[in-house]
Amino acid sequence: MPWQPVIGLEVHVQLKTKSKIFSPAPTVFGAEPNVQANVVDLALPGVLPFLNDEVVNMAIKFGLGAHATINKRSVFARKHYFYPDLPKGYQISQNKFPIISGGYIDIPVANDKIKRVKLTRAHLEEDAGKSIHYEGENKSGIDLNRAGMPLLEIVSEPELRSASEAVTFLKTLHNLVQYLDICDGNMQEGSFRCDANISIRLSEEHEFGTRVEIKNINSFKFVEQAINYEIERQTDCIKHSEEIVQETRLFDSAQKVTKSMRSKENAHDYRYFAEPDLPPLLIEQETIDKIRHSMPELPWDKKQRFIEQYELSDYDAAILTADKNIAYYFENVCKETKASNKITANWIAGELMGQLNKTGASIKNCPISANYMAEMLDKIADGTISGKIGKTVFEELWLGKQTVAEIISSKGLSQISDPKELEQVIQEIINKFPSQVGEYKSGKDKLFGFFVGQVMQVTKGRANPGLLQEMLKNLLSK
Amino acid sequence: MLHKLSLKQLHDGLKNKDFTSKELTGHYLDRIAKHDVNLNSFISVTSEHALAQAQEADKIIQRGEQTGMLTGIPIAQKDIFCTKGIKTTCCSKILAEFTPPYDATVIKKYQENNSIMIGKTNMDEFAMGGSNENSYFGLCANPWDLTRVPGGSSGGSASAVAARLCPGATGTDTGGSIRQPASFCGISGIKPTYGRISRYGMIAFASSLDQAGPMAPSAEDLAIMLQAMAGKDSQDMTSANIEVPNYLSYINESLKGKKVGLPKEFFQDGLDDKIRSKIEDAIEVLKQQGVEFVEISLPNSVLAVPTYYIIGPCEASSNLARYDGVRYGYRTNNPKNLESLYKDSRAEGFGDEVKRRILIGTYALSSGYYDAYYQKAQKIRKVIKEDFDKAFEKVDLILGPTTPSFAYKIGAMTKDPVKMYLGDIFTIPANLAGLPGMSIPVGFSNNMPIGMQLIGKAFAEPEMLNMAHIYQQNTDWHTQIPEKYTT
Repeated sequence: MPWQPVIGLEVHVQLKTKSKIFSPAPTVFGAEPNVQANVVDLALPGVLPFLNDEVVNMAIKFGLGAHATINKRSVFARKHYFYPDLPKGYQISQNKFPIISGGYIDIPVANDKIKRVKLTRAHLEEDAGKSIHYEGENKSGIDLNRAGMPLLEIVSEPELRSASEAVTFLKTLHNLVQYLDICDGNMQEGSFRCDANISIRLSEEHEFGTRVEIKNINSFKFVEQAINYEIERQTDCIKHSEEIVQETRLFDSAQKVTKSMRSKENAHDYRYFAEPDLPPLLIEQETIDKIRHSMPELPWDKKQRFIEQYELSDYDAAILTADKNIAYYFENVCKETKASNKITANWIAGELMGQLNKTGASIKNCPISANYMAEMLDKIADGTISGKIGKTVFEELWLGKQTVAEIISSKGLSQISDPKELEQVIQEIINKFPSQVGEYKSGKDKLFGFFVGQVMQVTKGRANPGLLQEMLKNLLSK
Repeated sequence: MLHKLSLKQLHDGLKNKDFTSKELTGHYLDRIAKHDVNLNSFISVTSEHALAQAQEADKIIQRGEQTGMLTGIPIAQKDIFCTKGIKTTCCSKILAEFTPPYDATVIKKYQENNSIMIGKTNMDEFAMGGSNENSYFGLCANPWDLTRVPGGSSGGSASAVAARLCPGATGTDTGGSIRQPASFCGISGIKPTYGRISRYGMIAFASSLDQAGPMAPSAEDLAIMLQAMAGKDSQDMTSANIEVPNYLSYINESLKGKKVGLPKEFFQDGLDDKIRSKIEDAIEVLKQQGVEFVEISLPNSVLAVPTYYIIGPCEASSNLARYDGVRYGYRTNNPKNLESLYKDSRAEGFGDEVKRRILIGTYALSSGYYDAYYQKAQKIRKVIKEDFDKAFEKVDLILGPTTPSFAYKIGAMTKDPVKMYLGDIFTIPANLAGLPGMSIPVGFSNNMPIGMQLIGKAFAEPEMLNMAHIYQQNTDWHTQIPEKYTT
């Protein structure tokens, strides 16, 4: 009998603020170790945290985007444990009274259906620093640049039922926080990472099984692998009548397995209590209203608008809105070009996104500007170049050295649509192949394709196909 | 006899160029050199720094610029305030070699007032204690009797002011650490309303109770110092965004018709008879000024000590987690592994009383005990505050003894921490309620000073300083200096 996985996620979203959550130190990624840690981040004696308002506004934005309750009063709490990269010996987080409660995210599932995944809560907290262990050397380094980076921890209800559902949920959330402009979404740099809680049970009617937590997974692929591994491992445990231990595990991405980190008995007693250095966080309705009025369009709303406004298929609209920067690019091209929305969508979803994927480039620093893309599509639309030649122009444009016009003229790519010029070429071919002309005239219609091919060869594919058909027919029948 | 002048007299003298800041600072440095060998009230004497500041202050005075009340006047700072480039130890081995790269807001404010920092004063380690016996740098003596404690935790500041080694000093008060040593040493001290003075840069003991304040011979001196220290600080979110009144402008108001409550719980059997009788004398003096007295009750104040000894240690156990031997401060030699780095650094770096409180706090916050201890203590704290709210519906101020007994002999209490904790019985309620409390000298018994406490509503510092000042205008206890230190 198949076992049903029960999965809940805790997602750590690093908020895109200029300074840290409780100190004025900058948040830019990749600085020399410890240069972005000030006296507050270093937890020197006597320092006090000071809450960055920007962080609160971003959490409110998330709450509104996720249809959640924004708590007018929330309380920061200290979460204690000892580790060298946790300078104060406690992390300032929120425990009993988070800033956001409830809410949901709709995710697409099989058969064009939508599943509503409820959220438990989202709370604000500070990140810890990083410990760097030098292999083979008897020393470790500590980088506190990340200490005090603002995090919004989003917790889902245990409503996900497969690894792929979990990944879809994460992707939807990843897209949402970027639409909201509260997170840069960079998973390699750890701006978006998650813990997964997994248990299995016989069926929907049964109680939840013993839960295992997998910590700090930082890619969609690893989430899928880790969850699938864990489901299999737990199923095996049950098959062999072994007990599933409540514990925290880590995913080893090289071996693609999860490994035990600490069991429940060794779990930390965090000794939470309300942070006395920060008064309760009070949010005015006015602040919420102000943010509500300046909310950006959300992914699902944008997709619906694309379907209606640009008459795109559900599929095209989904692809184009899966990244707000692609959507933005698409709309900019549409504004500029005479080409149809469908053709524009095909080029962006096909050629452009393919090239982005292949090269790993991001749409933000795409070498082909929306203007150039629009210009190229115009040249196809007005017959200057054929769609096939368009691909050559696209490749040249990608190199970022020439304008559309420069490429077309320097490579001689423009379509031959001048009847006189084309007639000259056709006549040459007719003269060159008299026997074939004879066979054609005696009824061998198939040879028409041979003549088209010959003309295209001579013109390097530049002959206007419509005009060529028409003229070739006329001239051959003379 | 510069050391017999009040802050206001010193200010006038500097302004009239009767003496320079350099002379004044030199005078106090000489007194410290002469007397502090026996007292040990200073951890560091910052002579060079002080003389350089004095020179700057003299230039300002010379130019005839409008000067603040504290320009050119030396003040001692409790060694709990971070001073940039100057060792700040909190009298703990764990910070014995720590030099902060930044100034506490209180220190900055004194600098902005062109005051002179003459040194850093002795205290109980991390402000935990009531006798100054918990200092890593040794005992501090009471100038009235060198065999007795000066009180604590701001024992060094109290001792230094009482011996007139400085005209004023800062203290901090979590459960009585300004008022109790002020009482033991016969000086005045005020713990303002929680939030009145920024805690930024003041090394934390119990964040929800800690409050800085001034210690000096008279209420007038306190008014001048409090003026410099008070105010909202953007770096302390718990500091109050309430305008700071001009304290000096209130101190001469008439006391006629003022109503003062005498909590019956503060005058029960445990109180020393001599203290009771001196408080009664002080009440008579105030009655002559038109003050009316009524008996009130603070029924839950008897629960204050146990409540405080849960909340204080809980917050302390958390605040002191940062002293781990990793980034700064004392680190054990040759730790075997990470765990021994933590355990040994902390075991060797903290003193017994600090360890005791870390253990109590860690225990009380741990899972399964939180509700029974910390949660319950917070509930009682609320009830204690409500007692005060009720009392202040009927009276303007509350008056009583500062401590149940005099300064005791060095070593007398070290074996019995609970008995020592009970010495804070009258001071702790104000901390739990976040209210201002002050102590002023009201007489002597066997040559040892006795203190009287005033407690006010939140931000009632002007009324308290006013009543204390009028009292001091009619008495001279605050001008008494121990024999040895008069010249």
